[in-house]
Amino acid sequence: MSLLGHYNYWIVVVLMMVGFYVVIDRGNLLKKLIGLNMFQTAVFLLYISMGKIEGGTAPIIWEGGGPYSNPLPHVLILTAIVVGVATLALGLGLVVRIREAYGTVEEDEIREQDDP
Amino acid sequence: MVVALTIVWLRNMFAVVMLSGIYSFLMASIFVVLDAVDVAFTEAAVGAGISTVLGLTALSLTTEREKTPRHRPFLPLFVVAVTGAVLLYVTPDMPSFGDASAPVHHHVAPRYIEDSIPATTVPNVVTAVLASYRGYDTLGETTVIFTAGIGVVLLLGRRRKKQQEGEK
Repeated sequence: MSLLGHYNYWIVVVLMMVGFYVVIDRGNLLKKLIGLNMFQTAVFLLYISMGKIEGGTAPIIWEGGGPYSNPLPHVLILTAIVVGVATLALGLGLVVRIREAYGTVEEDEIREQDDP
Repeated sequence: MVVALTIVWLRNMFAVVMLSGIYSFLMASIFVVLDAVDVAFTEAAVGAGISTVLGLTALSLTTEREKTPRHRPFLPLFVVAVTGAVLLYVTPDMPSFGDASAPVHHHVAPRYIEDSIPATTVPNVVTAVLASYRGYDTLGETTVIFTAGIGVVLLLGRRRKKQQEGEK
């Protein structure tokens, strides 16, 4: 239990690193954004899994209910998801503009056009 | 996790966007299992729905195929491996999964659970905290979305005007 009880963090770390790899290795800007999204979801999973209580139920109060899982991470992550979509939309807008200005969404081609 | 790895592997961007939708949906199901029903709703609607639509829209305005990178992937892989190793190294210090005696559950959370019905009469604690206790936070959040919307309109609106001028 002591060591295996941390498996939620391992999943989070693996997902986070997959997202991180996509962000720093891939040249396609659209894919970079998707990687960033993946990284973000890993952080959400970290928070939500910390709020879970063994044998707990969703934090909606009813008679005879409980124990309830911790509602605070849920609130924080609700906000974070919505803000995440807002940033994603803005990022995609930027990608579309870059594509119009340069004719490509590949990072190295953009760099070549900037300093030939 | 398999879906995530496939996203890395595939170069057809259409498949990648669709897979990221599936990924979000799976994540939403995990959130249901972890008792976070409100978060799961949002993730399914926003992550799997709106993000996929946004991604497809951006895709229709850009290219579909990703090019194979010319550089070697060793340095990024190394950086990722080191970061991951450090993160894994610190995980044993965290409280274990589902542990009710973890410090997070003993500070402010019990107060919200016990007092939210007398204070707000809303049975769903997440809603009570979001809309009542932290109402200003939610107001700020809507401001962020509004700003992002303005940004997108400014970025893409100028282009339409230019196109129209070109047509004339």
